[in-house]
Amino acid sequence: MEYIIIIISAIFVNNILLAQFLGVCPFIGVSSKVETSIGMAGAVTFVMVIATIVTYLLQKYVLDAFGIAFMQTITFILVIASLVQLVEIILKKVSPALYQALGIFLPLITTNCAVLGVAILAVQKDYNLLGSVVFAISNAIGFGLALVIFAGLREHLDMVNIPKGMKGVPIAFIVAGLLALAFMGFAGIV
Amino acid sequence: MSQWKNFSKGFFKENAVFVLFLGLCPTLGVTTSAMNGLGMGLATTFVLVMSNLVVSIVKSQIPDKVRIPSFIVIIASFVTMVELVMQAYVPALFDQLGLFIPLIVVNCIVLGRAEAFASKNTVFSSIIDGLGMGLGFAMALTILGGVREILGSGSIFGFKFIQGDGMLVFVLAPGAFIVLGYLIVLINKINKKTA
Repeated sequence: MEYIIIIISAIFVNNILLAQFLGVCPFIGVSSKVETSIGMAGAVTFVMVIATIVTYLLQKYVLDAFGIAFMQTITFILVIASLVQLVEIILKKVSPALYQALGIFLPLITTNCAVLGVAILAVQKDYNLLGSVVFAISNAIGFGLALVIFAGLREHLDMVNIPKGMKGVPIAFIVAGLLALAFMGFAGIV
Repeated sequence: MSQWKNFSKGFFKENAVFVLFLGLCPTLGVTTSAMNGLGMGLATTFVLVMSNLVVSIVKSQIPDKVRIPSFIVIIASFVTMVELVMQAYVPALFDQLGLFIPLIVVNCIVLGRAEAFASKNTVFSSIIDGLGMGLGFAMALTILGGVREILGSGSIFGFKFIQGDGMLVFVLAPGAFIVLGYLIVLINKINKKTA
């Protein structure tokens, strides 16, 4: 039951993009086509889950154990950066098809604040290892869901007749605002 | 380019938030009030200036291949400093900004300026660039926070001038996106007129 609450709350109620504003840069920058946003969501899911597991173990057995929790930010970002590199190298060898599909999205993930954000949040919320994994997976799904819905909306936006100054990014923000408003409707369920 | 131009470009022509669309996560996340926006902006400015300074000093010592990880370590050190100082001296603001303080590390503006400017320019211009970009970012956050605070709770910098609750939606998540959208339209218009 506890895990179901984590899942529903991360995907709908506290959606990482629309309620917590983590990972907005790729949200605005990448999501103009449904296909590329699915690729991005896949890559983020992959890195987010692995990063959360590694940082959880590091926090518990290294940072807390030696009383150097103030090194958290530096350690986590280095772990994520090297993890992204590692995932890139492994994928290239093991599954060239997947590597091709994710393409340029992999290196971009280092600076995606959603990954670092979820890693830090999982530690702050004091989940156990399984809880952290569930938390990371459901946040990744929430990220992907918002990204794909938004990309679908933006594909239609290209053809809409709106004032010239609003075209492009401004209207995208306003649509994102309306989407966030829609997601607020989930607020009562947990 | 004169130093004044170097400094002032961060405010309108190359404003990180309104024109380049960088650093959007803290922009949207913390600007529930003008004060939070200003605090976040100044913290980022400090990190930006210091990392620009250090990067421009050590740029010739860093091998090209490991430059990005090196920059990230430099930035992360300054972020940790800001985090500890804020926790000690302004705990209330620290609690409000919360998660977004450590997330300055992955703010694209900081790494972007280190890579695009400080690694190619002199120490003095890099400091000026960091200061201009950082204050431009702080300005954007304060404006956004101010508008949301006025509409959402009828106050500015904590001074209440309208009785009652205001439109709560502007303090909540959707308001951030919508206000930022309209502000970008406005800045585009101003930039077009002065160009």
